[in-house]
Amino acid sequence: MKKNLSYIDSVHREGTIWNLTVMVLLMAFPVAVALVFDAAPDWGALVMGLVATAPMYWTVGAIEVLTYVPMLGAGGSYLSFVTGNISNLKLPCALNALEQNGVSANSEEGELISTIAIATSSIVTTVIIIIGVICIVPLTPILEAEILTPAFAQMLPALFGGLGVAFVSRNWKLALAPVSLMLVLFIFVPALNAGTVGIMVPVSVLFTLGTARILYKKGVL
Amino acid sequence: MEFHVNHPILFLMVAALIALVLAQSVYFLVKALHRCKQIGMDPVKVRKTIKTAALFTIAPAVSIVISVITLSKSLGLPLPWLRLSVIGSLSYEAIAASNAMSAMGLELGKVTSLTAQQYVNITLVMTISIMMGIWLVPAISKKLLGGMSTLESKDAKWANIFQNALFIGMISAFVGYVFCDVSRLWIPGDYSATSGLVPVCVMVVSALIMVVCGTLMKKKRFAWMGDYALPLSLVLGMASAIPITAWLG
Repeated sequence: MKKNLSYIDSVHREGTIWNLTVMVLLMAFPVAVALVFDAAPDWGALVMGLVATAPMYWTVGAIEVLTYVPMLGAGGSYLSFVTGNISNLKLPCALNALEQNGVSANSEEGELISTIAIATSSIVTTVIIIIGVICIVPLTPILEAEILTPAFAQMLPALFGGLGVAFVSRNWKLALAPVSLMLVLFIFVPALNAGTVGIMVPVSVLFTLGTARILYKKGVL
Repeated sequence: MEFHVNHPILFLMVAALIALVLAQSVYFLVKALHRCKQIGMDPVKVRKTIKTAALFTIAPAVSIVISVITLSKSLGLPLPWLRLSVIGSLSYEAIAASNAMSAMGLELGKVTSLTAQQYVNITLVMTISIMMGIWLVPAISKKLLGGMSTLESKDAKWANIFQNALFIGMISAFVGYVFCDVSRLWIPGDYSATSGLVPVCVMVVSALIMVVCGTLMKKKRFAWMGDYALPLSLVLGMASAIPITAWLG
């Protein structure tokens, strides 16, 4: 039975086992803390906290899965939705790797390149955070130095400047309408800011797919 | 046992969970590398991918460490370490922790110590709220990616455009976000009017560096630059934010 599984089928099977294991153990953490320190949750406050947070996060989470999975590929998706920081790290990393190797995300090569880039990025991130945690006392004054604050505050513009110019210049016909729409919306709608950019990603993706279909049908692309 | 937010037991539990997540990444990396060998992919390409991905990750990962430090002031070190290594990001975790705390009459950033019960509540709200992606991917990704393959077999050209449209859509939203504070130029507030131009200028610097790298890469003796173009544009773009912020506010 095992021998008949294709590479991609085995990624789905093993990814499912990994993700569900991590999910169960993550849930076990607060339960273990409650048991070890003999502290039952404050149920009323828990329900209130969840009502204020979970519906929004679950909706955003579901939309993120629908939007990002086709871009990340199978292996990349299982890893990214466990390790997090998708739009600001894992996806740009995978996009750059696909671009650098000139492979399509839909091909098996693309699937492998994307998985390798995301796995490497996840390992490096985890290791750097471990080093940060171990060295937190000497590192804190350096990382929180006033002079460095603007650099870390502007990470996303620096990231999407480099990534954007590479992709937009090669797909400028496709990018014209969505970039213009997003510029107008973000400049003139005050509610759109750093906190809402995640919600605007699926909006922008759907709009781009719609315009792409029209341009394709008209023979422009 | 007396509780405090930096109790060694919490560190041990979190370290075990992070080791598991690290093991998952290593497992998928080894599996993909093995498959690359099987189908005869160029090992130079694969090594380049690993090198570039590792280099590119350093600056964003350091910024995650800063987020861990920020949250650790209220929640201790183990919980932010876990939440920002597994699934989370600063904005998600700060909001979830803040909601859990305000339900108990506390305020994130103004609390000096937490009881075990408060800690359990915060951890439960943060964990349950963020779980959607981790189980939904196994539930639907096979179907979703199967749909992409069907599209590819029916109309390969449209499938390629579809894939590019997904990427461009995502990038467009972030390009728009970079301009979100430009309206400060005409909307007065407790900030410098030109401060909204800082992210725009940083993005332009980063894009220009990428263009320079792209031009140089076309010359044979600078072909190696391809591996460093994105990490370089990211780091130099971030560095440019220091004088630009001093200039524009």
